[in-house]
Amino acid sequence: MNSENIISRIEEYCPGLVQRSYHAYDGMLTIETAPQRAWELLKFLRDDEVLHFHFLTTLCGVHYPEEKGRELCVVYQLHNWPKNIRLRLKAYLPKEHPHIATVTDLWAAANWMERETYDFFGIVFDGHPDLRRILNVEDLDVFPMRKEYRLEDGTRTDKDDRFFGRTGNEGRKFD
Amino acid sequence: MSHTIADMPEGFGGEGFFATSLSKAIGLARANSLWPLPFATSCCGIEFMATMGSNYDLARFGMERMSFSPRQADLLMVMGTIAKKMAPVLRQVYAQMAEPKWVIAVGACASSGGIFDTYSVLQGIDKVIPVDVYVPGCPPRPEQIIDGILKIQELVKHEPLRRRYSPEYQHLLEKYQLA
Repeated sequence: MNSENIISRIEEYCPGLVQRSYHAYDGMLTIETAPQRAWELLKFLRDDEVLHFHFLTTLCGVHYPEEKGRELCVVYQLHNWPKNIRLRLKAYLPKEHPHIATVTDLWAAANWMERETYDFFGIVFDGHPDLRRILNVEDLDVFPMRKEYRLEDGTRTDKDDRFFGRTGNEGRKFD
Repeated sequence: MSHTIADMPEGFGGEGFFATSLSKAIGLARANSLWPLPFATSCCGIEFMATMGSNYDLARFGMERMSFSPRQADLLMVMGTIAKKMAPVLRQVYAQMAEPKWVIAVGACASSGGIFDTYSVLQGIDKVIPVDVYVPGCPPRPEQIIDGILKIQELVKHEPLRRRYSPEYQHLLEKYQLA
């Protein structure tokens, strides 16, 4: 089963599910799909007896501030154990409406991964049973892995930017 | 032959008697029998394990027994990075300790957040609880930790018995919303 087979199998099931596909820098087959249809595609990838991507390795978020209208991205990495084939699935979301359907009904393990993605990127997983912050303090009012927020703590008193290799706002053109 | 374990405090002595003030006698006893509570979260905690071990042997300073209950401890030793999520836990541990109590911040992270110039790390434990002695280093060597403890012992020896009831001390606790 190679990349063409995988793509054609999905196309056979439902044309238009795959918006774009390519081999990423690490050689892994990467598929882009519309966020509204991500759940449907993931369910097909999991349940199809040929593809059989039954294992969700990881799920995380990415922020691409320069891509207007599709700033946030949810990345799913799937694994077919019997054939040892991996697949990456990306769904881009607009920052103004970062909603995507939960996959906790497909993989129970997605529960904490979706909570983490919400915690750091503010991506809302509709239908998640318990979407709360998981690693950060509950009263944090930012999503710290988004590039519009500063990484440094505002209450620091003894840290001079110059001694931390910074002169001011360099690298923060997204502020 | 007599053996001096701790130096005598200032006082007036003669044949068969020795007189000193109550606070000095109590200070002497307290300083040489501190029960530390190790609150170790990272690499400074490993250095503290070496400090407790036979090579450096913290027991030489009257600290044979670590107290793992805050209710029976006099000295809170905070060693390591304190994440903001840990801050309320640290405050609770401090609040559970009985007076008189002392706090030592071991290492750069406990003192100021250290290299962790980031949103998730408390920028020094003195943002949430009062600190008596800071030990620099990343991590400090056991000799530095021992030096910090000797400094604490000096404070304990010379602390007036009524200091904890003083308006200054009450003000300090109020500042940290611990009163």
